[in-house]
Amino acid sequence: MKEISSAIQLIPLENYIGLSVALFSIGMMGVLFRRNTIAILMCLELMFNSVNLLLTAFSAYHSDPAGQVFVFFIMIVAAAEIAIGLSIVVMMKRNVDSVDINLLNRLKW
Amino acid sequence: MVFLFYFLSAIMIICALMVVFSKNPINNVIYLIVCFLAMAGHYILLNAQFLAVVHVIVYTGAIMVLFLFVIMLLNLNKAIILRKSTVTRVSAVITGGIFFLVLLAATRQTFEIHAKYPFASDFGLVSGIGKVLFNEFLLPFEISSILFISAMVGALMFGKKDV
Repeated sequence: MKEISSAIQLIPLENYIGLSVALFSIGMMGVLFRRNTIAILMCLELMFNSVNLLLTAFSAYHSDPAGQVFVFFIMIVAAAEIAIGLSIVVMMKRNVDSVDINLLNRLKW
Repeated sequence: MVFLFYFLSAIMIICALMVVFSKNPINNVIYLIVCFLAMAGHYILLNAQFLAVVHVIVYTGAIMVLFLFVIMLLNLNKAIILRKSTVTRVSAVITGGIFFLVLLAATRQTFEIHAKYPFASDFGLVSGIGKVLFNEFLLPFEISSILFISAMVGALMFGKKDV
């Protein structure tokens, strides 16, 4: 435990911020890049997890457990969101027989 | 420890890029699972053991299995050619890169972030998190169960044949 707790003293907080920003950017790029709806949901998960990592890093560096409780709530919301999103994908596959996001453009104009 | 941080970070970045650029949905899910396992390692490095365990159980145990199950159910396991136009893809990559640079520059330039010494090493365990969760955050914890019920009802309603 003492050895692990010395790890966060060796790594500056800026490294975690940079890692989270990189993951969030990759997730956003994936949402813009892909047409498969399931892949877009996976990129959303990447963005969720970068925010989780950043909250945990701030919580650890400030010795405040409330940040980790917030990460727990974000995990709950992410699980609910993925259940709804995947059922929407199943319904979309049943109705238009595709998972192409470009077919869902009736609310566009 | 520093080597471990950079090792896990490299695994996460590479796997995240492969999630975006790989074509087969099964491969996407496998890369995302590897990325999440590396993130559990990051949680252990940050003294958040409870979160590491919950992350492995919830994400790689439940959500990714749900993804795999839907891919199997919809018979998407072959690489389907769904591509946006070249202009859209190139502009997506440029947008992501510029977003990364802007956020990185903003966080580097704004203010100094001081860590609070000395570090407490025991609040990431189950007892520390549980004390905070059931004292200060009891009402949001109960409300989140209502959220779960409504999400379950909504998923069932979407899953019905004739709505």
